[in-house]
Amino acid sequence: MTGKDLPALNIADLQSLLRRREVSPREVIYVLRARIQDVDGEIDAYLSHDFEAAAKEAEKANVDLPLGGVPIAIKDIISVAGEPCTCASKILHGYRAPYDATVIRKLRAAGAIPFGKTNMDEFAMGSSTENSAMKLTRNPWDLSRVPGGSSGGSAAAVAADEAFGGLGTDTGGSIRQPAALSGIVGLKPTYGRVSRFGVVAFASSLDQVGPLTKTVRDSALIMNAIAGHDLQETTSLNEPVPDYSAGLGRDLRGVRLGLAKEYMIEGADPQVKAAIDAAVKHLNSLGADIVDVSLPHTDYATAVYYILATAEASANLARFDGVRYGHRAENPKDLLDHYGRTRGEGFGPEVKRRIILGTYVLSSGYYDAYYLRAQKVRELIRQDFAKAFEKVDALVSPTSPMPAFKFGERTTEPLHMYLADIFTSPANLAGICGISVPCGFADADGRRLPIGLQLLGKALDEARILQIAHAYEKSTDWHKARPPIAAAIHKA
Amino acid sequence: MAKTSDLDVAYVARLARLDLTNAETALFQRQLGDVLRYAEKLCEVDVSHVEAAAHAVPIFNVFREDEPRDWFTAEQALSNAPRQANGLFIVTKVVE
Repeated sequence: MTGKDLPALNIADLQSLLRRREVSPREVIYVLRARIQDVDGEIDAYLSHDFEAAAKEAEKANVDLPLGGVPIAIKDIISVAGEPCTCASKILHGYRAPYDATVIRKLRAAGAIPFGKTNMDEFAMGSSTENSAMKLTRNPWDLSRVPGGSSGGSAAAVAADEAFGGLGTDTGGSIRQPAALSGIVGLKPTYGRVSRFGVVAFASSLDQVGPLTKTVRDSALIMNAIAGHDLQETTSLNEPVPDYSAGLGRDLRGVRLGLAKEYMIEGADPQVKAAIDAAVKHLNSLGADIVDVSLPHTDYATAVYYILATAEASANLARFDGVRYGHRAENPKDLLDHYGRTRGEGFGPEVKRRIILGTYVLSSGYYDAYYLRAQKVRELIRQDFAKAFEKVDALVSPTSPMPAFKFGERTTEPLHMYLADIFTSPANLAGICGISVPCGFADADGRRLPIGLQLLGKALDEARILQIAHAYEKSTDWHKARPPIAAAIHKA
Repeated sequence: MAKTSDLDVAYVARLARLDLTNAETALFQRQLGDVLRYAEKLCEVDVSHVEAAAHAVPIFNVFREDEPRDWFTAEQALSNAPRQANGLFIVTKVVE
């Protein structure tokens, strides 16, 4: 192993080298910076990175800590003290976070080094990272395609070996879907499992922070560091945190996996369907029992999601008023002009669309018809999952109905983009956990595009879905395949 | 459920304190009309016996000890202010 090959490593393998003192944390930061300089011109995964700060932290890193000396890329919606936190929005241009989010504090306590802020859809609103006001991030498997979103920067950085692992946020699929489209592992923890303190709020009843990694084991390692109760966050669950690595390696005998007939949708890409069918057969051959279940309200999830998420977003984004931070319009003639122009100039089109929709569904006369009704259907969706989990340990589905799509392909009609969340947003509505792992490839224009298998677990059952995902990963080679831009260093 | 033709984007934009161009107003009027028509499918669901779920996990009345602790200095709190002076945010005039 030469220095140049280091970025190809996953977190667990990097740690072995660090602990054997074969490489120093400082070297790791230097090599990673060189890798970013080499490939990020093509990928554009990062919005900023503070090399000096990371190098300084590396000097004092304790490699014997759980993530000692491991650099982690951070979605630009999570506060890292002293660094920009733009949410890929013009309205936060120039903003610097005055403090560390709880997840960053916890990562540091585990020895990790936050390094680099990654691109995203503006305020995490989108499924392709095309809604970034800063730049487009390209999919490492095919540079003419999106990496998924909204955590597309973290996903692409990990897939292109310009990050060992990353953090993202998932409100309707924003960790799992870009993980699937970029060929890596993405975990959305149970609602309340990971603190959102210091994370810019999009939809507060849905948002969760979670890891994007090259392997399931790495996902467990990051979860061990970031999960847990936080007194500074009222929705944080005060429940014990298990060792997520402990169950990895167990086999699947006796594990019951549910297949929901409502997830066999028309319109899903046939290559995605074939890959999922094969993955289910494989899980069965590993000893898992496959059980048919029903989630009867699945078809309503996207409508419920877009009513509730936009309603919450319209309230959360009211704080961007140009008073305490962020963009402020020049020379306002009065206060209404100040607010209207500050927000009109600062927010991009998708954010504006969602503020309008959210304000409308909460407005007098429409609240009962849209918002309250959506909350009730949400309860039915939650009950669907509760019933299914009486029969099974986890549910299996595609993560996304299609592999990575081309830039501009789904931007003209917002509804088309919204339907990309069909398999992921129900988990956010129900507050349960989910993981996406690579399970095959689709062929498109002579390119291989990754496909993701989603496993959904009941609330606080992350250890179980990690265990199942690990058994699948260990017995397949999909996660070892590398995109063209990363393959070069793997061969070197 | 309300008729989607009720959506008046220009009016809602004023409620949201969000200036839109004429082009944005027209575009959102059409696009959000489509989204709201799609959302009409929620009318099919019988919700007469369902309690609304604000959160998937019911959590109520979360308190912590009311103790002073180190937090922002005034300087840090003002560090991102578009306009500030004398340790204060300068805001747009709100009274005549």
